[in-house]
Amino acid sequence: MLDIKYVAHLARLHLSEKDIGRFSGQLEEILKYINQLSEVDVTGIEPTCHVFAQKNIVREDGLKPSLPVSEVLQNAPAKEREFFKVPKIIE
Amino acid sequence: MTLNTLTCHDLQELLKAKKITSEDVLKDVLAAIESCDGKVKAYVCVNPLVTLPSQSSAISGIPIAIKDNICVKGLKSTCGSKILEGFSPAYDATVVEKLKAQGVLIVGITNMDEFAFGSSTETSAYGVTRNPWDLARVPGGSSGGSAAAVASDEIIFALGTDTGGSIRQPASFCGVVGMKPTYGRVSRYGLIAFASSLDQIGPITKDITDCAILLNAIAGYDSRDSTCVDMPKPDYCQALINDVKGLKIAIPKEYFVAGIDKEVKSAVDEAIGLLKNLGAQFKEVSLPHTQYAVATYYIVATAEASSNLARFDGVQYGLRCQPKTMRRTPLIDMYEETRGQGFGPEAKRRLILGTYVLSAGYYDAYYLRAQKVRTLIRKDFEEVFKEFDCILTPTSPTAAFKLGEKTDDPLSMYLSDICTISANLAGVPAISLPCGFTKNNLPIGLQILAKPFAEETILRAAFTYEQNTPWHKQKPRL
Repeated sequence: MLDIKYVAHLARLHLSEKDIGRFSGQLEEILKYINQLSEVDVTGIEPTCHVFAQKNIVREDGLKPSLPVSEVLQNAPAKEREFFKVPKIIE
Repeated sequence: MTLNTLTCHDLQELLKAKKITSEDVLKDVLAAIESCDGKVKAYVCVNPLVTLPSQSSAISGIPIAIKDNICVKGLKSTCGSKILEGFSPAYDATVVEKLKAQGVLIVGITNMDEFAFGSSTETSAYGVTRNPWDLARVPGGSSGGSAAAVASDEIIFALGTDTGGSIRQPASFCGVVGMKPTYGRVSRYGLIAFASSLDQIGPITKDITDCAILLNAIAGYDSRDSTCVDMPKPDYCQALINDVKGLKIAIPKEYFVAGIDKEVKSAVDEAIGLLKNLGAQFKEVSLPHTQYAVATYYIVATAEASSNLARFDGVQYGLRCQPKTMRRTPLIDMYEETRGQGFGPEAKRRLILGTYVLSAGYYDAYYLRAQKVRTLIRKDFEEVFKEFDCILTPTSPTAAFKLGEKTDDPLSMYLSDICTISANLAGVPAISLPCGFTKNNLPIGLQILAKPFAEETILRAAFTYEQNTPWHKQKPRL
């Protein structure tokens, strides 16, 4: 049973009462559909994370050109000097 | 002059012979956008700074449109979402860098379903795109803007993205060509991610030749995308051979079951007949886990999306909101209110689903299990490709549906991807090309798949079919 308010908080998503009403039924129907996977025999089957064998890609820990700070901040909703400004995190 | 109605390869010939200039092409494309886009709404913005190319290459001077989730420096990338309203990328995606280096002109950004969540381009925060063949119908999605712009000759060719069919299905609905390359064939650097193990950028074009040309332009290894595969890149234009003699094509029976439109089945059956006459060999096969593909996808893709969309939190870019009265803490409130205001209903549904299937207590039953079923789906394809060169199916069980027809029924919308979704789960390349029309003059799409990195086989089969049929020459009347 999907506890929509709990999952929405996990997802840091505020839902209106209207959203909750609308989505509850739709999500139950979708979950009922996806539950058919429980009938598949997956004994001994490895999960696929990536379709082709992936190895960890590493590079030399060297300095490379990066974006200038002004460009990094160009879309910031709030900024001060070279920082993104956010609400207080620690009380 | 109607240079906007031509293909890239037509224009290349005229430019080379100096019968026209790049300026002429751009002028006609911009005029077409001016006259059509009020009705079609394929574009979210037209590039005010588009200038003639300084680079010279085989495709310089050819105008292109880019889907709204691929970063173009200095333009806007909103992914069709309010949460990225006004966002201007500080860098170009790799595919955009490549195109600019070859002198391709980025004319505008095309509309899409919000964050690529959709099959109809009805969920964009910036308006609905319409199908040029029937303005009361959807162009498909999520790359509906790109497909509609190519179909209506508002652009020469375009880029789209495909996670569960989002290039192929709109291409099918709009009567154009759309290809999803093998996973890892094209760099995802600069593509705003939906599902990292499924997303691919690909070409949407007027014909198969242009598809090969554009694939050449964008494919290739990129060290900035660690999922990009370092494989040699052939010249895809060499695959444009009008000959399928001896080609072994599999018809998976699960794609032709109840739910497929009679006219779609009939068009695809005729295509099979034609290719048979041209020397291809057909056999019916089974992809036994097909019925689980949509369920698998809606677990894996939504899970990955919930992770990828966590970055839209009001901190670094896009929308930032606070509720009028404090609910929890200012910080949590900022996250929740920003995301609550910024995401549309389909995005919210998928984020909830994705978060749920990854959450403690449910991870094994849903996400882990779905990853295992994904392995079974992938093995189904591997098995068939041991004996066959291609797989052939309809792209979609129906032609374009009406605007608003499925917006209240998300599950019905999801099921419209039933023919395309498995290719993303398996990582295999697939194309959609026109194969006929319904009696209402709506395009029908044929899908051809091949094994990983066998785009050349697909192009050969598709080119042969196209050269022996008239569909690609038909245009909508706007």
